[in-house]
Amino acid sequence: MTGLTFELLCMQLLTGIALGSIYALLALGLCLIFGMLNVVNFAHGAFFMVGAFLGVYFLGVTGNFWFSLILTPLLTGCLGLITERFLVRPLYGRGLDYPLLLTFGLSYVLIEMMRVTFGIEGLPSITPEGLTGTVNVGFGFFPKYRLFLIAATAVIILGVWFFIQKTRYGLIIKAGAADQEIVKVLGVDIAKVWLLVFGLGCAIAGLSGILASPTRSVNPEMGIPILAESFVVTVVGGMGSAVGAVIAGLLVGVVYSMTSLFFPDLAELSIFVLMAVVLLIRPQGLFGKAGAMG
Amino acid sequence: MNAFFQLMARHRVLASTLFLAIFPFIMPYEALAINILIFGLFAMGFNLLFGYMGLLSFGHAAFLGIGSYLTGISIVHYGLGWATAILIGVIGAAIGGLIMGFLAIRTRGIYFSMVTLALGQIIYYIFYKAESFTGGENGLRGVRVDSFNIFGIPVDFLNPMVKYYVILCFVVIAIWLISRILNSPLGAVMEAIRENEKRAAACGFDVAKTKLLVFVLSAAICGLAGSLRALHLSIVPIDSLHYLQSGQAVMMSILGGMGTFFGPFIGAAVMLYLEDVVTTFTKHWMAVIGLVFMFFVLFFPKGIWGTILSKLQIHQDKK
Repeated sequence: MTGLTFELLCMQLLTGIALGSIYALLALGLCLIFGMLNVVNFAHGAFFMVGAFLGVYFLGVTGNFWFSLILTPLLTGCLGLITERFLVRPLYGRGLDYPLLLTFGLSYVLIEMMRVTFGIEGLPSITPEGLTGTVNVGFGFFPKYRLFLIAATAVIILGVWFFIQKTRYGLIIKAGAADQEIVKVLGVDIAKVWLLVFGLGCAIAGLSGILASPTRSVNPEMGIPILAESFVVTVVGGMGSAVGAVIAGLLVGVVYSMTSLFFPDLAELSIFVLMAVVLLIRPQGLFGKAGAMG
Repeated sequence: MNAFFQLMARHRVLASTLFLAIFPFIMPYEALAINILIFGLFAMGFNLLFGYMGLLSFGHAAFLGIGSYLTGISIVHYGLGWATAILIGVIGAAIGGLIMGFLAIRTRGIYFSMVTLALGQIIYYIFYKAESFTGGENGLRGVRVDSFNIFGIPVDFLNPMVKYYVILCFVVIAIWLISRILNSPLGAVMEAIRENEKRAAACGFDVAKTKLLVFVLSAAICGLAGSLRALHLSIVPIDSLHYLQSGQAVMMSILGGMGTFFGPFIGAAVMLYLEDVVTTFTKHWMAVIGLVFMFFVLFFPKGIWGTILSKLQIHQDKK
């Protein structure tokens, strides 16, 4: 292991945090939907993929990254709203497996829709102007875009935290996750809350898709492995814990990038092994017991 | 009509054997019939866990794949006979099931589905990376079995009809085993756990041990399907380990009718036949099966066979 320096380790740590940001966002979206609706969205990876495609497409058409950064989550959010209203809602009260099965079928349809629209090759990913190149971070030169990615994730997570903890709507969501019957009795239309939370979760998935698009290849199958990886994050962090989702997301990202530094062949495997270890020691996940928004 | 269904239910192993014996003659070609046979067994093994015990696993491709790969590796790298190779595949899948089940049954509900999916991906990456043994991304090639002797009778395995009936022998044994399991006290405990886990535990049944045992049995049956598939295809594609392959078992079970004896087989037959027909005029098969599957989840959650049975109002416990 020649050339292994402190700088290299720091760089790899930062790369891991950038990768982990995407995982954290994905797991946060999954966690929001699960905490509220008790639904595991198996189409989450597909929403991520759709977000990446739409993001790259709008960026190519308009040339404005910020515009597509706002439009893309709105569209995937709307897609999420339609999904909840017409496909998931009829399944409430019919057993927890059914929404899961339905969203699994939906992911097939979404993948094929993107293949039909954009071709099976996918789109070349574009790094937005002004965020290309590298910047000196003290211990080396780091891609500017990845720093932006970390910052953007922090902003989004803080935004979601603020929304849940400090607003009236967040209060309703928290209450609904804790006891939906009471919330219903208090005169809140819980179905509307579920609809919005599902939409919000899908919007965050789409947002993480466009944010991730410059760092990976954009193709219709890109959401398939990432679904498994975001499940790992959810299991490590603890189902339904938002704090767990964020911390486990970053942890998984760092574990991945550190393993790829020392044992490049085992990088993909490492995060799954991490999950197996967590299952053995703490089956409920690191932050398992906490409430929906921890 | 009702009497006919009851007769079929009473002699379900005989009924499926008779049907499968004439099956290749109503299929367009033998390779499709063999495929349906193998995937029908895969879905039945999966249904043992999902349909009868209510545990939705998204990791069963791991057992199909382990069965295929171990059988293939035994033949390609070690030159073992086909029967030993199948045995190694089945035992390997059962051991895989023991390890995966041990970890997965610590969780419950939808959590279980996520954990089995992720654990299955571990197996996928292990076989993907062990390129010198498994061929990595290209899959394992050259699992050649041309002809062999059974009790002195020469068998030409290249003849698709002969191949079908050889594989059928294994499938019938497995179907008989599944039927025995379901009729045994173990089968009753399985359904008790599906209906109410806490009550089953309160009655003094060891829920965790039962879950693990059924997980291993189900894995072994899926492993047998995998072993047979390696002999049939003479290659082992790496995709057979991917969680989308597990999803296929889920789809087949739902389509045919989960928790019914014949359902998964019917689901496998319908799905693979449909795929054969649809792919001749469109390449967007994934969209078609995705929509069909969503339609069934929304409107016919009992599946084809389950819907027929409930229309005839035959009690589920005999199926």
